[in-house]
Amino acid sequence: MNKIFAYCIAFFVLASVLVIGLWSTGMLQVGPTAKKGSSIISGAPQIGGSFELINQKGDPVTDKDFQDKLMLVFFGYTFCPDVCPTEAQTISLALEELGDAADNVVPVFVTVDPARDTVLVMDEFLSSFHPSFVGLTGSETQIKDVMKKYRVYGQKVDDGDPDYYLVDHTSFTYLMGRDGDLITVFSYGTTPEEMATKIKEQL
Amino acid sequence: MKILKLLPIFLVAFFLTTAIGNAPLEVLAVEKHNIVVKDAWSRARPDSAKVGGAFVMIINDGAKVDRLIGVKSPVAKRTEVHESFMKDGVMSMAPVDGIVIEPGEKVMLKPGGLHVMLMGLTQKLKMGEEFPMTLVFEHAGDIKVMVHVKDAGAMSGAHTH
Repeated sequence: MNKIFAYCIAFFVLASVLVIGLWSTGMLQVGPTAKKGSSIISGAPQIGGSFELINQKGDPVTDKDFQDKLMLVFFGYTFCPDVCPTEAQTISLALEELGDAADNVVPVFVTVDPARDTVLVMDEFLSSFHPSFVGLTGSETQIKDVMKKYRVYGQKVDDGDPDYYLVDHTSFTYLMGRDGDLITVFSYGTTPEEMATKIKEQL
Repeated sequence: MKILKLLPIFLVAFFLTTAIGNAPLEVLAVEKHNIVVKDAWSRARPDSAKVGGAFVMIINDGAKVDRLIGVKSPVAKRTEVHESFMKDGVMSMAPVDGIVIEPGEKVMLKPGGLHVMLMGLTQKLKMGEEFPMTLVFEHAGDIKVMVHVKDAGAMSGAHTH
């Protein structure tokens, strides 16, 4: 009897950890707005949507500007010397792997740190990566809005130093279709080859 | 079965690429009190960048545990050892309080894991250049190496684009 009870407890603990885990990363949507089976990945929450931001040349940009192309979107901040250049490099290599077909894909880097990632800073950062990269920044409100739509978590780690703070953030790369719907998500550590293969299937 | 047949080819390719890739960097190893520090590299950073990252391989060839307790470099006002880690899809980065290197162990500081944070850059990190960096160990003391600046998206010190 005790054994059954223990199993039940274990099951509930595991189940709640799983649910909380999924919920906190934004993979699970709870509430009346949950949209079921709308995207290609069945059961996935709606990711993506409209945005108004500024590119690395200082021009206003909206999601409509990317409508006839596939979009590879990832969020990060240029201050980060480790993970974000790695992700930018992975995407650059995946596009090189695609060759001419890469013309149908726009890589988009959205900052989670608009206070420090100004237009100029974004331009400098991206100049080292694939020339087709679009860097997007904007006001705190605009960035918050796009992060919410992509279910991106971003949290400033405040250690009392206003110049050198770090930002914890979601590290997924989203492949968005021509219609603006999510096709798939690449997790950090996906190789450029794997990424290119998956993109090719959509071209 | 097909994969098995291809295995020797993969192995040969692997050894060839690693051998060729690492060869010019072997000379960069510095050893002191059985602690070897080698292949120190960094990524080029935009002119406006305030921070940079440096990566290095540390090997403990001795019989005694040692610990990396600090890093110094004239290119930064403040230098810390940080670790990037992923939890539930969220990437975080935080300072670590020293790195223990067990006897016979290799510790690789590399993108996506442990790395040296160069905070408050006092000079630009330009591709092809190099700068000094001193690793401070509990027992081995100070070990100074030259850090090679690779391209902005370099994934290791072993290959160039």
